[in-house]
Amino acid sequence: MTTLRGKVAIVGAADTEVGIVPNIGATDLCVRAALSAMRDAGINKDQIDGLITCDSMAEPIMYHAEAIAEYLQIFPRYCMSVGTGGGTTFSIMHHAASAIATGMADTILIAMADSLRSGLTREQAMLMQSSTGHPQFEQPYGPTVPAYYALIGQAHAAKYGTTAEHLASVAVACRKHAALNPTAQMREPITVEDVITSRMIANPLHLLDCSLVSDGGSAVILTSAERAKDFAQRPVYMLGVGEGHGHEHISQAQSLTTSAAVESGQRAYQMAGLTAADMDFAQLYDCFTPTVIVELEDLGFCAKGEGGPFAASGAIELGGSLPINTHGGMLSHCHPGNPGSMFALTESVFQLRGSVAPERQVKGAEVAMVHAQGGIMSSHTSLILGNEVN
Amino acid sequence: MEKILPPINAISQPYWDGCQQGVLRVQRCITCGHLQLYPRIFCTQCAGEDLDWIDVSGKGTIASYTVVTRGISKAYSAPYVVSLIDLDEGPRMMSSIVDSDGTGLEVGMSVEVAFEPWSETIMMPVFKLL
Ligand SMILES: [Zn+2]
Repeated sequence: MTTLRGKVAIVGAADTEVGIVPNIGATDLCVRAALSAMRDAGINKDQIDGLITCDSMAEPIMYHAEAIAEYLQIFPRYCMSVGTGGGTTFSIMHHAASAIATGMADTILIAMADSLRSGLTREQAMLMQSSTGHPQFEQPYGPTVPAYYALIGQAHAAKYGTTAEHLASVAVACRKHAALNPTAQMREPITVEDVITSRMIANPLHLLDCSLVSDGGSAVILTSAERAKDFAQRPVYMLGVGEGHGHEHISQAQSLTTSAAVESGQRAYQMAGLTAADMDFAQLYDCFTPTVIVELEDLGFCAKGEGGPFAASGAIELGGSLPINTHGGMLSHCHPGNPGSMFALTESVFQLRGSVAPERQVKGAEVAMVHAQGGIMSSHTSLILGNEVN
Repeated sequence: MEKILPPINAISQPYWDGCQQGVLRVQRCITCGHLQLYPRIFCTQCAGEDLDWIDVSGKGTIASYTVVTRGISKAYSAPYVVSLIDLDEGPRMMSSIVDSDGTGLEVGMSVEVAFEPWSETIMMPVFKLL
């Protein structure tokens, strides 16, 4: 089997304005992100021969990628939409890298956007809440999205003694990073005390343990490592990628406290020939704070069960041993649904280019773990990115 | 506004019939004896396709729980408890714990099934602390 290690690179990356962006719909936002990424890469739309998108909830389109290609008036030879929830962004990267390596396309645009904050009707918002969960054996009991993740948080607390303060330290770190990032939606610093005294949503999750609801779009351009040298920006290479798929419904999970991030991480590390200890920073999917605790453990950044104390130690803050979610994450930067972790990807590109403001640049950053999951800790994809192939 | 009612199908009908009769049932593989929920058209352990149903004790333990303080719709009056229950016979299921507002609940506590009429045709399996 040929490896994807070092075969593709991100040569363009851009975000739209995020947060509350009311005067533009999700489709237009997706296109705006795409145009910005092309500008960043220094190419025009006719050089794109592959397109991958995900559908929007605010403006659902049956054949989303076809519609975006049509809007752009591009005529790719590789075009599809992917749907694995929050894990979509990085499973897309896996597919796109494979497509480039096998010659299905040369230069792929990945563009995603949604308007969950400004664009959803009440009915759409309700449907979004209740569409997770088994229609017969889960949904009737009225679990909300936070409730599903609360079940994971509660199980982790019972098994490992993870506390509300441990969970809160994740939200505090993300907010600290958002405070340094002018593009973030929520920039007012918060304390552990603020988190644990915020309104209880579904115990152990307080309001500030929950990610934002946002509008926003983001796009990247991926091409082969050879072609990448001809682009304007410093290439950011994909050194490793791996997926793990454990379940769809939380009542069917093999474990509530250990996720398929173990497998996705191992596959990515193996491809890259690197370990958790080699990572200079990590972007970890933070829809709710317990998710980050589990990912820190399952991706090997600390021992199983030690995620809480590890997070609370300050290790995950800028200046710590493993800064996470350096843009502020979905807890504080923005979370427009499925595109949510695209912003973790573009942030990683900017960090690895060394192009972010000095006060929030991870010093000497060379390699990073970028991880997302979708569903209820269901589908996991881990990416290892680096600014050199060797 | 109505609560979300399960869309019953041919495979799950015996489960919901059992609930109407006040018994909790799980699917059993005739070939290997594996018990499973939700019901499927094959056994996930041995891939056998000969399946029937057995009545279970209705007793189990709390694998996890949460108290939802903002209900999913007006039909669900918050606070209410959403829980994952490990049945004594093995399978795990989602349910509610109905005699509790969440105070004093702990993972590992023993619970027992009860049935609540949710519609003309649906008796919903819920749990109470033992
Ligand atoms: Zn069997």
